[in-house]
Amino acid sequence: MPQTFSPKLLTANHLQRGDAIYWAASGWADTAAAALLFDTEASATQALLQANAQADIAVGPYLADAALAADGTPYPTHFREVFRTRGPSNYTHGKQEQADV
Amino acid sequence: MYSYSDFDRNFVSRRNQQFRAQVARRIEGALTEDEFKPLRLMNGLYLQLHAYMLRIAIPYGTLNGVKMRKLADIADRWDKGYGHFTTRQNIQFNWPALTDVPDILDALAEVDMHAIQTSGNCIRNVTADHFAGAAADEVMDPRPTAELLRQWSTDHPEFAFLGRKFKFAVIGSESDRAVLQAHDIGLQIIRNAGGDIGYRVFVGGGLGRTPMLGKELREFLPAADLLPYVESILQVYNALGRRDNKYKARIKITVHENGIEEIRSKVEARFALQRAAFGGNDQRLLADIQASFAPPAFVSAPIDAFLARQNSDPVFRSFTDTNLSAHRHPDYTILTISLKAHGQTPGDATSAQMRAMAWVAEQYGHDELRISHEQNVILPHVHKSDVPTVYDALHKAGLATANIGLISDIIACPGMDYCALATARSIPIAQQIATRFDELALEHEIGALKIKISGCINACGHHHMGHIGILGLEKRGVESYQITLGGDGTQTASIGERAGPGFAYDEIVSAVERLIYAYLDLRNAPDESFLAAYRRLGSTPFKAALYPSVQIAAE
Repeated sequence: MPQTFSPKLLTANHLQRGDAIYWAASGWADTAAAALLFDTEASATQALLQANAQADIAVGPYLADAALAADGTPYPTHFREVFRTRGPSNYTHGKQEQADV
Repeated sequence: MYSYSDFDRNFVSRRNQQFRAQVARRIEGALTEDEFKPLRLMNGLYLQLHAYMLRIAIPYGTLNGVKMRKLADIADRWDKGYGHFTTRQNIQFNWPALTDVPDILDALAEVDMHAIQTSGNCIRNVTADHFAGAAADEVMDPRPTAELLRQWSTDHPEFAFLGRKFKFAVIGSESDRAVLQAHDIGLQIIRNAGGDIGYRVFVGGGLGRTPMLGKELREFLPAADLLPYVESILQVYNALGRRDNKYKARIKITVHENGIEEIRSKVEARFALQRAAFGGNDQRLLADIQASFAPPAFVSAPIDAFLARQNSDPVFRSFTDTNLSAHRHPDYTILTISLKAHGQTPGDATSAQMRAMAWVAEQYGHDELRISHEQNVILPHVHKSDVPTVYDALHKAGLATANIGLISDIIACPGMDYCALATARSIPIAQQIATRFDELALEHEIGALKIKISGCINACGHHHMGHIGILGLEKRGVESYQITLGGDGTQTASIGERAGPGFAYDEIVSAVERLIYAYLDLRNAPDESFLAAYRRLGSTPFKAALYPSVQIAAE
């Protein structure tokens, strides 16, 4: 039986800044909340191919498991990806510096 | 301290110009990431979870005030005001932008520093005893040997693309403070029965997913034969070492699969040919290097003020009990500055702290600083009469934590707070253990104890060598922490044994606490260390403390 496709978002690191970026409706965004959520393997793979062609912006794009929060915004489900959405736990550095968290 | 020659300066400058052009070509799109990645790694630049990370070499952990201040300036100008000292005696900056890295490298070159060969499958930064040149038990300062190896290995064309990374460590004492047997090649400077200086050579040590202790390859190598001999080892490794599987590519596997006798006979055969190729230039170079490591002019002065402060100030007394070590000059001491303030990130120093350390080194420490593999900073030569002043200055900078060698003096790798390879976080575990035992006020009662934490199997946090080792893994989608017991990174080296199933993120600190209470009950005297008690009793009573429910079920 084919494996069920679980929803994904597409993420990478920004070439010049190095921080996590997410594939959104109109190009790359800085937050996972702005990311597009892919429900099908075909749409996810197509986006990954497009992202791979943007090597001048993004480094190492890949698909990560994700889900929709109650308010409809996507978020990654694996703890590694959750850390990438905020930054390290020992200092308020990275994305959490700008966020209202 | 060794100062760059014109040759060194030109070499680093040309490498920096070359890398600046490579960065520009990557940004313009002329280089793909696949093409650029090996180039940036050769210059110490990684791409981590949240940002780039620049790893800067601190050869054999030796710095002076000017270099430390430059690191502080880099932290302020291009990073977030701090740096992270590592178990390779290096420093890492966690937040540089790619476009700033060429400027950072130029700033480093101004003070004879660089980031070359801090990554990649080459000979990495050579580490050494952080008490080099100061330790009371030293046969000879290991730093000239380490510097000779640095010069020989830098940009060595034959060893630029090894099967895997290759690490050297050098010590000059019987006491091993550099984890010699966890290195691809470990060199111990010794004096033989005839009074000659030479090296005891270990090969094939390493941690990672297959931890192995280095094996003795030569009991005594005459000092003059060092470079042809280590070159022979590298040549044998380059020919025999596996390139089909990166997990089997380190020399420890080559030694394991071929046997130490086979490796020894191949190395000796190669050495017989190789020796003639070194016409003595290496030894002339070594003599010049040795001259630049001449000991400072030690002074004689009364130490009454030091003794008086010890008697009148219990906090100062506590600091001197834990953070001072015996110096070869009776009026001097080796002062270790802890970068492990309770609750802080092990190995991190702010730019203000770096400047404070530079200042005390310049004023009271013969302008010498060392970085230890245990992620602390050492003032190797402090006259005892200056210790009260140094202590007060360090105290003002938040650098007077009295915990060297105690439970809160934890090695922790960056883990999943920064590292792209990590499978779990390390730093918060270290912070929580330190805070917990500080609150329990048990630290000094527990005594000598080394906890080492790695956030993945690659073991940058040396967890196998910890009396208590903690390895962070992912298990079923959450962080899980495995405990190893009985590791030892000194001259009585041993690899820790896995205690049993892992603990969840919110269980691991309590598990360590149970282990410590069990030790306090089990030890036969207050001066029997955790490691000694473990070696006397074996793992059973400690496992029972870690897994009480298993014990109950078995009963």
